[in-house]
Amino acid sequence: MADGSTMVAGSAAAMSPAPRQVGSLKKLTRRRSTAALALCMPLILMVVGLKIYPTFYAVFLSMLDRKMNSFVGLDNFIFMLSRPSFHLVIFQSCLFAITAVVMKAFIGFILAHLMHNIRGKNQRVWRGLLLVPWVIPLSLSTLTWWWLFDPSYSAFNWTLNWLGFESIPFLGTTWNARIAVIAVNTWFGAPFFMIMYLAALKSVPEQLYEAAAIDGAGAWQRLIFITLPMMRNIILITVLYSLIVTFADFDIVRILTNGGPQDSTHLFATYAFTVGIQSGNIPRGASVSLFMFPILATLAFFVLRDVLKRNKEITS
Amino acid sequence: MSGATATADVIPVKRKMGSLERQRLWALRGSFAALSVFVVIFLVPPFYMIMTSLKSSAEISAQKGNPWIVQNPTMDNFIYLATNEQFQRYFLNSVWVTALVVIISMTIGILAAFSLSRMGFKGSQLIASGVFLTYLVPPSLLFIPLFQIVGSMGLINNTWVLVLLFPTLAVPFCTWIMIGYFSSIPKELDEAALIDGASYPQILVKIFIPVALPGIIAATIFAFTVAWGAFLYPLAYLYSADQAVLTVGIVRELIRGDVFAWGMIMAACVMAAAPPVIIYTFLMDYYVAGLTAGATKG
Repeated sequence: MADGSTMVAGSAAAMSPAPRQVGSLKKLTRRRSTAALALCMPLILMVVGLKIYPTFYAVFLSMLDRKMNSFVGLDNFIFMLSRPSFHLVIFQSCLFAITAVVMKAFIGFILAHLMHNIRGKNQRVWRGLLLVPWVIPLSLSTLTWWWLFDPSYSAFNWTLNWLGFESIPFLGTTWNARIAVIAVNTWFGAPFFMIMYLAALKSVPEQLYEAAAIDGAGAWQRLIFITLPMMRNIILITVLYSLIVTFADFDIVRILTNGGPQDSTHLFATYAFTVGIQSGNIPRGASVSLFMFPILATLAFFVLRDVLKRNKEITS
Repeated sequence: MSGATATADVIPVKRKMGSLERQRLWALRGSFAALSVFVVIFLVPPFYMIMTSLKSSAEISAQKGNPWIVQNPTMDNFIYLATNEQFQRYFLNSVWVTALVVIISMTIGILAAFSLSRMGFKGSQLIASGVFLTYLVPPSLLFIPLFQIVGSMGLINNTWVLVLLFPTLAVPFCTWIMIGYFSSIPKELDEAALIDGASYPQILVKIFIPVALPGIIAATIFAFTVAWGAFLYPLAYLYSADQAVLTVGIVRELIRGDVFAWGMIMAACVMAAAPPVIIYTFLMDYYVAGLTAGATKG
């Protein structure tokens, strides 16, 4: 594929040095755009074949019955909505995504400011240390968290006992488990917010702060009237993007609790896996994961608005 | 405002410090203190991962005293894994899958980014935005229909399925990064080359790739990270141990029944986490620059 398209580009470009007539210039432009399209073809094929087609196929699958040979319309969706356990999934997914993103954004914001105070070589070292959670593959670090939360060998509980407190069943009760998965996600994602916000902070012109300082603005006023407005865009886009990713998260819950205790920590993704792959009910699993779609589409719409603006700037 | 760097230089000359400088010095100290707390919290799991990996099963099951510190460090877990055929298989699978995915993703991404940012054709903007939109369609929405699709292709429980699917996770963002870097190259550069009779492939290879090398490094690291750490697709589509990659291999195969050999599991995690950690240690600056370049431009 790649070889073929480069050749097309080559033959089009070979024409380029001497466009004598208007006709051949037109032809050249047309050839160039054919070559350009050819270079994009692998990408387009991949996106259409493995992203767009499966999305529509999921809609089709979700309307079949369990044996996948008769059409049942929206029955799967209606059935899911009537199940109390699925209500828990909706609740937990929203709680998980919103709480975790707020925590990540907040911690990331604080970290970015602390880092911004430190300049030069030191900053690289600190940044490197703080990025470690984000660098380790999530499934492996979640496994470590599981071991840290282990009911009988938990190192956290040992520390608590040592300090004179009682052991906590971290993954044993509903709310503990919910907090635990949110905490792990926050731990994993906060560094990403930190580097994004740090980049944004660096792009705020120093003169603004100088001017504000001369006008007698305090630290708080500088934050509210300069830093936040200047970072507004990047905060929005990071939060939206992270909401999408966190909402669709799979690894943490799957490994840490696998939905337990009593299905109270399942997210859409893990529930869809349990129903669709493990229990083998493909249509119902597809319908579970499609419940994410309206929420993700709404979020994506806002992200895309921002992205379109950027594209206009750079492809024009 | 000469910035905090100046403050650091001023520290030795304490007498001359004004109140503003003193204030800043305290801000700096406060930042260090607060950051230290965060670093300690952030590094608890990796630290414990390494500590546990050095413990023997006996030390773990008969826990005496402080679990945070290893009492009798042993390399047995690492030696066992390094000579274990099963684990070698996971590691090798991860390596070749990741290598192929990185090559495929970067080829698709660079070609598309070059075309979208420079050659331009009807609908190229639509494609650029559409690609980003599909990046926002998460794998957890697609893994069930894809199960049917790869099933009909006969790729279930075949490691090659990952070579087919992982690029979908990496390519959109790689293309995105590359579009940003390519369009920051001045148009005059390739116009001059065109006038001198260079062909588009020559322009790409001789101008764009060398100039945008930092972006290429960033995108490559991204593709590597995604392919090395992905968990959902291999978990859903590979069920036998010989086809597994590191992530599922460790999570699913090493945890057997109720015998929790945590020392060995953690040693496996250390070995599997080492390649990305090493790569980031050396190339983090490129990656951070690539990641934040697009975001701060607007």
